[in-house]
Amino acid sequence: MTDNRSEAAVVSQIEVDDVAYGYAPHKPVLENVSVKIPKGRFVGLLGPSGSGKSTLLKIIIGLHKPWKGTIKFLGNKNSDPYAYSSKNIGYVPQVESIDWNFPVTVKEVIGMGIWDRSGVAPWFSKDVDMMVGVILDDLGIYNSEFRNRQIRELSGGEQQRVFLARALIRKPTILVLDEPISGVDFNTREKIMEILRSLNQDLDMTILMTTHDLGGIGKRLPWVICMNKTIIAEGIPSTILTKDNLLRTYGLADYND
Amino acid sequence: MIPLLLLSLSIVPFHTTTLLFLESLLEPFTYEFFTNAILVSILVGGVCGLMGVYIVLRGMSYIGHGMSHAVFGGAVVSYIAGFNFYLGAAVWGFVSAYLINEITRRNKIKADAAIGVVTTAGFAIGVLLISTTRSYTRNFEALLFGNILGITDQDIAVIVLVTCITASFIFFYQKRLLFTLFDKETAKVYGVRTDMVELFFSLILAAVVIASMSSVGVTLIAAAIIAPAISARMLTNNFMKMVVASTIIGILTAFLGMYSSYFLDSASGATIVLFGTAAFGISSLYAYIRRLYQTHTHEKFIRHSHPHIHEGEHMHKHRS
Repeated sequence: MTDNRSEAAVVSQIEVDDVAYGYAPHKPVLENVSVKIPKGRFVGLLGPSGSGKSTLLKIIIGLHKPWKGTIKFLGNKNSDPYAYSSKNIGYVPQVESIDWNFPVTVKEVIGMGIWDRSGVAPWFSKDVDMMVGVILDDLGIYNSEFRNRQIRELSGGEQQRVFLARALIRKPTILVLDEPISGVDFNTREKIMEILRSLNQDLDMTILMTTHDLGGIGKRLPWVICMNKTIIAEGIPSTILTKDNLLRTYGLADYND
Repeated sequence: MIPLLLLSLSIVPFHTTTLLFLESLLEPFTYEFFTNAILVSILVGGVCGLMGVYIVLRGMSYIGHGMSHAVFGGAVVSYIAGFNFYLGAAVWGFVSAYLINEITRRNKIKADAAIGVVTTAGFAIGVLLISTTRSYTRNFEALLFGNILGITDQDIAVIVLVTCITASFIFFYQKRLLFTLFDKETAKVYGVRTDMVELFFSLILAAVVIASMSSVGVTLIAAAIIAPAISARMLTNNFMKMVVASTIIGILTAFLGMYSSYFLDSASGATIVLFGTAAFGISSLYAYIRRLYQTHTHEKFIRHSHPHIHEGEHMHKHRS
């Protein structure tokens, strides 16, 4: 599966221009990052841990303000970064960043995704319940009991799908995922990749995900961007994942499947 | 204890001693100061219980402790300078709340350590002023440990107002609060003004602390906030139920504490806090027994516990 649309013909939906950012002064995590992501592309950000790929995601969705450089979105006239992202972007954070002992149910977590579209009442209404049901159906979870389960009872793959559901319930045009397939077993990984592929192909959703799983996932994505502090190479995996690029990205000469 | 006594008494034929005993149970309610005290403590208990849920789940139990100590300084300053107590405490309290909120957001120093210093400084200012003016009066003691005798109409008005503000904030901000507590980054991406949510929360917490001071006292407020919430956490895994349970436990322990302090002639704040602790003990015991009852082993020798009905051959499936 390759992306055969020519570079010139498509408009970029996300345009990152010469961005630099760091968490401490004079210690940049990202430097000279420029990248254009066309509408409907399924992109994997590859790089070792500490390479700044999660940071780049967070800059794109507006969580960090870059030291310099700009982020532009197709058709966005609003200067407030959240105004665009809250309407158009679905975000799936790393599951490790969440306290899974928090006493909430699957329904409540997914309902958070439409906190601003579900009335003023402090509880989640019947409408939310219905919408949650629809989304879970789409993700292949037909068990009607599932939505009432406590999140701490979920397996890794289920946690991941609940987060995906919370993003999809907002009907985003761009889906941003931070390590969506870390810490899940082979079958779950394949299932999640299948869902992402169909979202991309059927709904023309632009997908941007980070992964450090080079062999299992990176090789099979339609488009990859190798980065380590800056963009090293981008393109289809077969031409990009060369010995030289990998050495520059990971500091290793080759990799095993 | 008291309901049990009432129950046993109802079986015995009514005679003078019984009537006298019943009368003595109702006696406190004939005093206006006591009905006022009960009203204030119920509102304080409920409002502290409600706020406690969010504080406990945010993992910031020390914040109530810090906030109350910070506010003490302001209270003493306004006493000595002759300002209105609530005015002085409110200004001071809101400034401390803002500072605490800012410190928590910046994470160069661990928030709990920084808050510990800042808020204890507020307390120290209060103590320093008291020691130099040499007028250690009952007023200050009331601030520290709570006093049911001193409740004024103004105290009642303030706690009623704070209860209304807190209840409406929680009602309208519940989803935003929950989202911010659970996953702040995603909440931000989805348009929740998390900074504002956290700031409002801190300011309202300061208001709750100020309003609770006269009945529970600075040194004991933290427990009044935390105890109902952790008790409720032991009883349920459901967030909404936890909010309701914590509020009810707060109201109940405050009522029982205040009521028995009349008979025991004890400090109201301390008595309320001890009832709260008892509630935590009971709910922990309940949770322990429930877990024992629900723990079971399946074919693969995986021990786990979850609510289900034990019946027949005990058949139920688990998803792996």
